[in-house]
Amino acid sequence: MSTVALLGAIELGLIYGLVALGVFLSFRVLDFPDLTVDGSFPLGAAVVATAVTSGIDPWLGTLLAMAAGALAGLVTAVLNVRFKILHLLASILTMIALYSINLRIMGRPNIALLTEPTLMTPLERLSLPLYATRPLLLAAVVLVCVLLLIRFLLSEIGLAMRATGANPRMAEAQGIAVGGITCLGMALSNALVALAGALFAQANGFADVTLGTGTIVVGLAAVIIGETVLPGRSVPVAVVGCVVGSLFYRVVVALALEADILGLQASDLNLITAVLVGVALVLPATRAKLMARLAPVR
Amino acid sequence: MDWRRRTALAALFTTSLLGLAGPSLAAETRTVAVTAIVEHPALDATRDGIKAALKDAGFEEGKNLRFIYESAQGNPSTAAQIARKFVGENPDVIVPISTPSAQAVVGATKDIPVVFTAVTDPVAAKLVTNPEKPGGNVTGVTDLSPIGRHLDLVLEITPKVKTIGTIYNPGEANSLVLIDLLEKEAASRGLAVKKAAAPKSADVLQAAQSLVKSVDAIYVPTDNTVVTALEAIVKIGRQNKLPVYAGDTDSVPRGAIAALGFNYFDVGRQTGRIVTRVLNGEKPGAIPVQGIEITELAVNPGAAEAMGVKIPDAVMARAKTVVK
Repeated sequence: MSTVALLGAIELGLIYGLVALGVFLSFRVLDFPDLTVDGSFPLGAAVVATAVTSGIDPWLGTLLAMAAGALAGLVTAVLNVRFKILHLLASILTMIALYSINLRIMGRPNIALLTEPTLMTPLERLSLPLYATRPLLLAAVVLVCVLLLIRFLLSEIGLAMRATGANPRMAEAQGIAVGGITCLGMALSNALVALAGALFAQANGFADVTLGTGTIVVGLAAVIIGETVLPGRSVPVAVVGCVVGSLFYRVVVALALEADILGLQASDLNLITAVLVGVALVLPATRAKLMARLAPVR
Repeated sequence: MDWRRRTALAALFTTSLLGLAGPSLAAETRTVAVTAIVEHPALDATRDGIKAALKDAGFEEGKNLRFIYESAQGNPSTAAQIARKFVGENPDVIVPISTPSAQAVVGATKDIPVVFTAVTDPVAAKLVTNPEKPGGNVTGVTDLSPIGRHLDLVLEITPKVKTIGTIYNPGEANSLVLIDLLEKEAASRGLAVKKAAAPKSADVLQAAQSLVKSVDAIYVPTDNTVVTALEAIVKIGRQNKLPVYAGDTDSVPRGAIAALGFNYFDVGRQTGRIVTRVLNGEKPGAIPVQGIEITELAVNPGAAEAMGVKIPDAVMARAKTVVK
């Protein structure tokens, strides 16, 4: 694997690390299976692309993208909390609606940003190559998000959110506004995913309406890989684990892309990725079992 | 010194020697990296066409050509990752097939030559700013319908046409591009265009009816919504002796008089010839972006007769497919 390919994997791993953080908030903290992300990822890309091409500052555009994502999450949460639609269905409704909304926002299926000023443009002035500076910028963004999220989850509201996910009845009995907390969590989660979408569009130079394909799968895989690679129940470990899991997933895809050396075909890519991730998840458990069996009986 | 370091040094030494020996030795094996967004008959045919053209030019896989192919399997994030992998391998040419793959590759490199293909509108996709003089490291082939040549065909078969009607779905981005181009090309030939919108396949019949009194021929662009309901237009054409032309050859057996189409294997071959020029030292920025070169003519004399038209012998002689 070349350095550029590895740095490219890290770059995408960092972007999808933000998706993993969002998915962690909904699936793990709130216990809310949320498929909105397949729509809010391209939503973030669509908003920032439209903003930047109409002359808005990329920083402001990225913030607008996050706000749009938060709104999408809020819609899902309200559909569930207020109108009692099953969480999974509520998120599916928002997700499919977002496809049309994204087309509306962009006015066409694809917007190119290759020549527009983006968050990545100032990096071109540095003497280092772009493939090295882009991951650095993204790492800084992810670091800020990780620190803020940890701080938030350890705060009083964060504690209330974790309690809501763990046991909503008990949480309600303790005086927590469960509905409001769910709305807040879902808005935060999808704002993070939309931020990832906005950064993806700016790093790759385009927003496309199909960008959301498989976002939830990648995010969920990253969260679960993270839990396996970095076991531990504390908040900081779990949050950092999401990013680690995402980076791990991307490196695996990069390895799978090298598999043609073994005589495998390009069309085998998804299978190889699945097998590699599967092996990585199974290995620690099998090793522990093996160790337990080999350990002397007391 | 351990063996790894020693081999690395040896490799370095050989490379510098090769560098000194000049291009004759260093240019032995060339690398062409091809990527597509998804497995799809048209995109796969393009890839095979590229390979065939390279072989014709003397670049054969396993001998003096390394041909890398990756598919993103429909996943845009994988497309971005493939783009970076290719840049890291520093091939002689990268060939992205389809718009999203092309944007990912062009976003990832400013120096490796890129020859895109099967991209409908490279200017809107910001791959190039000026298709005539692309500049930089990017050129390629667009698969935009050659509408100017379609109109020439219409005028050759039915020279009396003054106003041409067209039906399209305003919600299809691709159709908007086609209709824009149609109006431009028609104007330069002194033709008037009358448009009828059909947002759903069920609206096509009504749209065709609305054109009947005011146009001399109907041109059906490659619009998915409209082509689905082609039979409705053909019916109106037959009832009113109004010739119906299409933008794709598959519509000809279904009742259109004639169409100039293209296949993606030929698009791939055309792309492969540009790749060859780049491999032979031309700068991509100096090669203009090309439109479809090779077209296939399909005609349907039976349908023509039913619409009151006789296809000239010269056109019949050129036809690759004649529908009986």
